[in-house]
Amino acid sequence: MDDPVDPSDLGGASGWGRVTAPADVEPEPPFGERWQGRAFALTALTMGRISGRNLDAFRHALSRLDRTRYLDDGYYGRWLHAAELMLVDSGVLARGAVEARARRGRGEDVPEPADPPVAKPDYAPTAPGSLRTVDAGPRFAPGDPVRARREPPDVAPPAPSAGPVGRGPCKLPRYLRGTPGAVTAVRPAHVLPDTHAVFAGEHPEHVYTVAFAAPDVWGPGADPHVTVHADLFESYLEPR
Amino acid sequence: MTDDDPGPALRTAALEELLVERGLVDPAVVDGFVRTYERDVGPLNGATVVARAWSDPQFREWLLRDGTAAIASLGFTGPQGEHMVVLEQTEQVHHVVVCTLCSCYPWPVLGLPPSWYKDPAYRARVVREPRTVLAEMGLDVPPERRIEVWDSSAEVRYLVLPRRPAGTDGLTAEQLAGLVGRDAMVGVAEAVEPS
Repeated sequence: MDDPVDPSDLGGASGWGRVTAPADVEPEPPFGERWQGRAFALTALTMGRISGRNLDAFRHALSRLDRTRYLDDGYYGRWLHAAELMLVDSGVLARGAVEARARRGRGEDVPEPADPPVAKPDYAPTAPGSLRTVDAGPRFAPGDPVRARREPPDVAPPAPSAGPVGRGPCKLPRYLRGTPGAVTAVRPAHVLPDTHAVFAGEHPEHVYTVAFAAPDVWGPGADPHVTVHADLFESYLEPR
Repeated sequence: MTDDDPGPALRTAALEELLVERGLVDPAVVDGFVRTYERDVGPLNGATVVARAWSDPQFREWLLRDGTAAIASLGFTGPQGEHMVVLEQTEQVHHVVVCTLCSCYPWPVLGLPPSWYKDPAYRARVVREPRTVLAEMGLDVPPERRIEVWDSSAEVRYLVLPRRPAGTDGLTAEQLAGLVGRDAMVGVAEAVEPS
């Protein structure tokens, strides 16, 4: 998969300052500004019904935003940009249509692009949500030593309907890649985002909670009394 | 972005207009979504779960063994809560939850995530230096207490069961729930002692 300018994969990234202390933002309503609630709802509707895509495709859209689009307008800003990207991918809106309409909204006389041909993916989920069952038993058991792969394998080639988006997202955080850990729990199977996001099949896999000792992740200087747990799909793991 | 950018409020209005014009969105449905998350889904649901666990040992045991079923028994189900796991704070272990990839959060019990949870600084740093980050957020975890950081990188969603504060023996479930803030259920604060 293409490395890396994925602005959403933030674990361990340096250069961020102090966190926002909760007391500084209390009491906090769900939506600080009216547009945020509208953007939330429009995105939720877009990721399924309107664009014919899915939650994983939405997360993939987030990870395909450039850093500015990802960060500048905050959480609901990035939702809005990802919704627009999904709608353009599905041919529901032309590229630039939202921008043009927004400019007209503030009085600019700009032309609006013509509607493109609709290109919704040929896709329907096999069941609601992302929980699935798989026939094969889990490959790993609690206590098993494992390693997070550096590069998870392609489980399936991208489907033709994936269009310009290539391979889907991989929800193996970068900071854990190549790190040894141990399985602590076997979770139910879920659809695999890598393929589901690009309509190359659900390919459900068992999910494991894997414990990583902080010094194994960050180096010998890390606090030995810290463990990081992550939920990882079976194809993200190898035995060690 | 340049000064030319219309900004998110205008963009949102534009997007809604375009979708309404195409018959793809009913503004009343959008209103309904917003209202649900403003009024019905929020951390009070999680606090109700915690208060029940504090006062009912059988429920607590069920909650820790099968969080999804125990939480569903109180009526809290829905998107981002399909498979719930509950983590119990103890004297020995402190749990804290994050999603380094996209701010995943257990909506049915906690509502939509607060600003600090979505803050790139929290997402980037809490996996690397949790004790420091928690201290910045006002929670000093004793050095001898282990810290377990949970990165919700797949679809498992976590709820932290805080320790029950001292001096709460005679309180009703409703009064107990009032001591449980959202931040305690993510692991960046403790439950509040009654005043």
